[in-house]
Amino acid sequence: MTDLFFRAILAENLALSFFLGMCTFLAVSRKVGTATGLGIAVVAVQMVTVPLNNLVHAFLLDAGAWGWIGLAEVDLRFLRLITFIGIIAATVQILEMVLDRFFPALFSALGIYLPLLTVNCAILGGSLFMADRGYGFGESVVYAAGGGIGWALAVMVLAAIRERLVYADVPPALRGVGMAFVVTGLMSMGFSVFAGMAAP
Amino acid sequence: MSTRRLLTDPLVDQNPVTLHLLGICSALAVTTNLDTALTMAAAMTVVLVLASVIISTIRRLIPQEIRLIVQITIIATLVMVIDLALQAFLFDISQRLSIFVSLIVTNCIILGRAEAFAMRNPPWPSLVDALGNAAGYSLVLVVVAILREILGTGDLLGYSVLPTVENGGWFEPLGFMALAPSAFIVLGLLVWALRALRPSQIEAPDYAARGTEGRP
Repeated sequence: MTDLFFRAILAENLALSFFLGMCTFLAVSRKVGTATGLGIAVVAVQMVTVPLNNLVHAFLLDAGAWGWIGLAEVDLRFLRLITFIGIIAATVQILEMVLDRFFPALFSALGIYLPLLTVNCAILGGSLFMADRGYGFGESVVYAAGGGIGWALAVMVLAAIRERLVYADVPPALRGVGMAFVVTGLMSMGFSVFAGMAAP
Repeated sequence: MSTRRLLTDPLVDQNPVTLHLLGICSALAVTTNLDTALTMAAAMTVVLVLASVIISTIRRLIPQEIRLIVQITIIATLVMVIDLALQAFLFDISQRLSIFVSLIVTNCIILGRAEAFAMRNPPWPSLVDALGNAAGYSLVLVVVAILREILGTGDLLGYSVLPTVENGGWFEPLGFMALAPSAFIVLGLLVWALRALRPSQIEAPDYAARGTEGRP
């Protein structure tokens, strides 16, 4: 479990080794403050949707999931994608309403990032990887936490570097996005060092 | 805008990937080899064109409040069909693309074109616009994939382009090109090259250092 957790944060970082959630990753990494808000939102949504999708996958969609009422040959795995995206969209919407009603301070801090996350591939990717690799419920919670924290860590580090880059004399055509790509590449190289690391 | 402009603008001047930064995830992930990149580009083209035409046809029937859900459901259905078709006819490549075909659903180019163009225009211009954007996306994918495959292995689609040392040639393959970091760096350099050619795409500096305000 610890092994899975750290692998999800470092060696198999969703942003840096699987390129997930790149659109938001590059668009919302100009300031450390906003990047932190987005990172926390990703962790929160990931921790709710991946375990939820895990339950739905195990009890409704997986091959043989309907065995208990005598429909053992029913295999609804082809509905995975449309179910997951529906659940993610609904969860984000509900989360938004709950935060607005009970935690207004948190809502005003995270509110603007939540709608972005419906079409963030890091969220959908987390659920799809979970289903592909056949994680159990416990593993899916750990994987969601690790994946979310890893993505948040990457976006915060990139934002911190980009804040510093403002003072650098970058060639005009490379300014902004081009430089963000190159810096992300170097970060990804740094994170790939963790690939050989195993939990003690 | 004329039909021709609709088709050619997204290739370089309004490229969805390098200028609008849409659909980058898959542009980075599937470009280790040219064959996966071409498969992905074809899948993306089919989904984008069909989604745009369908959404544009029923645009007057979609209630404004729930349009995002309707659009995503249409796109997800199309992606499911493509995914199953790839698993049926190109199983090997679909295994190597892993979850990235499914992730076409969250590719912002499709939702972006649906929102910005197909919801406001009749089917025919939407079709042309979708084709143009798909071509712009495919162009970036193919360029990055060709660079990475040639430099990473010396081969292209199984044909030897640069004779490698192993086979008695001179080229030492750069293993780095097959790894994740190189995708970011190659795409970054591509953006650099494009903006050097099209200076109007250069971003304004976030901050002008003292004494350099007058500098271009």
